Amino acid sequence: MTSVLLIEDDPLVRRSLELALGRYGYAIRTSATGEEGLAALAQEPPDLVVLDLMLPGIDGFEVCRRLRVDSQAPVIMLTARGDDLDVVGGLEAGADDYVIKPVQPAVLDARIRAVLRRAVSDPDGVRAHRGLRIDTESLTVTLGGTPIPLTPTELRLLLTLSRSPGRVFSRQQLLEEVWEHGYLGDSRLVDNGIMRLRGKIEGDPSRPEFIQTVRGFGYRFGPV
Amino acid sequence: MRAGPVRQRLLPLGIRGLRGRFILVFVLVAVLGASVAAWAGARQASGALTESSQQQHADALVAQVTAVAPTVEYPPSQDALDQLRAAVGTNSMARYQEVQSASGIFIADDGLLTSELRAAVGGDTAPGHTVTQRVMVADTPWLVIGAPVMITAPDGSRTPSGVEVYSAQDLSAVESDISALTRAAIGTSALVLPVAVLLALLASRTVLAPVRRLRTTARRLADGDLDARTQPRGVDELAQLTHTVNEMAESLQGSMVAMARMQEDAKRFAADVSHELRTPLSTLTAAVEILHDALKHQNAQSDDEAAAQESARMALIETRRLVHLVEDIMEIARFDAGTAPMRWESTDILTLTRDCVRARGWTQDVAIAAPDGADLVVQADRRRLDVVLANLVGNARSHGAPPVHITFAATTSGVRVTVTDSGPGIPEDVLPRIFTRFYKADAARTRSSGSGLGMAIAWENTRLHGGELTAANASGGGAQFTVWLPRAGGNQESEDR
Repeated sequence: MTSVLLIEDDPLVRRSLELALGRYGYAIRTSATGEEGLAALAQEPPDLVVLDLMLPGIDGFEVCRRLRVDSQAPVIMLTARGDDLDVVGGLEAGADDYVIKPVQPAVLDARIRAVLRRAVSDPDGVRAHRGLRIDTESLTVTLGGTPIPLTPTELRLLLTLSRSPGRVFSRQQLLEEVWEHGYLGDSRLVDNGIMRLRGKIEGDPSRPEFIQTVRGFGYRFGPV
Repeated sequence: MRAGPVRQRLLPLGIRGLRGRFILVFVLVAVLGASVAAWAGARQASGALTESSQQQHADALVAQVTAVAPTVEYPPSQDALDQLRAAVGTNSMARYQEVQSASGIFIADDGLLTSELRAAVGGDTAPGHTVTQRVMVADTPWLVIGAPVMITAPDGSRTPSGVEVYSAQDLSAVESDISALTRAAIGTSALVLPVAVLLALLASRTVLAPVRRLRTTARRLADGDLDARTQPRGVDELAQLTHTVNEMAESLQGSMVAMARMQEDAKRFAADVSHELRTPLSTLTAAVEILHDALKHQNAQSDDEAAAQESARMALIETRRLVHLVEDIMEIARFDAGTAPMRWESTDILTLTRDCVRARGWTQDVAIAAPDGADLVVQADRRRLDVVLANLVGNARSHGAPPVHITFAATTSGVRVTVTDSGPGIPEDVLPRIFTRFYKADAARTRSSGSGLGMAIAWENTRLHGGELTAANASGGGAQFTVWLPRAGGNQESEDR
């Protein structure tokens, strides 16, 4: 049973989501504030966090930043629709995906399942590129022998790109493949995912060795 | 093409409108006045000149005749007449009945002495008076003066002797003097013209300066600077007009500020309301979904349970509509507040259109006609453009009829995307309002699943790109929407990462 930690301050929304997600077969724990949520997270790490960005006290962005320090648990944030600054800020703070308020439980369930499926891939052994070692069996990544902790999203993104080195993936392709988002326009998910991944595997993210930007089209794995 | 602009182009710059008319009238009056004055002066001078030269010659003739007359016997012989004529000088003539003595011009031209003159001299209308007449001979003006020679009796009474003396004077010199005077008058008038123009320009500047200031103010007002005012000067009509304009601007500003505030409040209210609605809607959405799911899987045993199932289904459908409506209102509120952010990227419209159609599973209904090798890359916000295309294609599918045809055209300045459906088209009276918020084209379809904001959102999104969205009917009958997008986007920096 997948354990989900829901951090949401409005009691009715919290309770209704708890009931709804329960019906989809998740084990739910809830917190009303960011502080509470971080405490619960330290106590017993969940498989996934659903995080409201508008919280009293420390807000969702801050909660996200703090839990990212040592947790690789996927984070889905609840945000006001298209308040792009919200979305971008949340993604930059380390969220994996977002769901627009008002939340539809069916949508939230689909996103949760997509995020959790991300790490799964077809094992084809070890891919090595200039000191970056991707083990598709154990789903571990090392750079110069040092293990790199990746969130499921980052890992799936890296697996997808490195599967076909040199091939250009459009943002839309990556969205469908990694985030399983049906519709366009969430390319900032892709851009932010790439940014965070580069932050972890590239020595100098502004002059990437492994993931190249192809202006106007998308991204490809491999040297310049 | 109207006649106005053409005429204005033909007129030299600065000679139009009020100013032009002012200058024109001023110059006309000045030149006319100066010309009339100069002309009258010239006429008077030449009159006086003629008069004095006539008088002078007449007096000379009388003096000569008076000096010689007593020595002439009567009736005079030819010799006596010759003597008399010689005393008068060149160009002269003396006659008595049929005997005459002539010299100079009188010999050369016998048309010089007219019958009227002879009658006047010989008649007794003016006994003893000289008579003058101007006569043109071979383009030369001559003044002919005639005088009867009088005999003075011992008792002092004077009677005409029957002898007449004539003298002719060449008037060319006087005429040329008069011409010179006339030329001077014309010259004066001509000289007045530039001076008058100059004065008129100066005068028009001073007179029309307030008008110009007023116009500047009016233009600023028209351009939306409601603080524009003109300082009234003096107490004339223009100052009053300035006052009036200022008052008008004042009240305009007042009502504009009030209206802007009201509009602002209304927009903020809409945004706030939809924002506040999100939290209860979240709860409602989750709760209704649970209810619906729970009831759906039961076999309804009674009417009550069947009604409950039905109600849960309706509640679910309506809640979802409400969610979409709130989302759309918030989107519109962001457009109104000018806080809709743009993420500019180099975007290939063809790829984006294909992705948009594919992502929504509409591939079956949509025919995309890709042009050969046309450059369809523009600066755009992909998410917003996707919303525009999805709205147009979705609309074409639900309100028109499939298949939906999408065509592209590229120019150097931008890209045009045309979405045409195979339906009956849009009624002419609906076309102008198709992008109006909450406007439902089909009264019978007011319960359509749409929020009634889709087209308005598409329109706003296109405008954010600096582009244009228009609706029309295709010649084939279907509804046709055209999106035009400029290549460069709305002068924005691309943040392609």
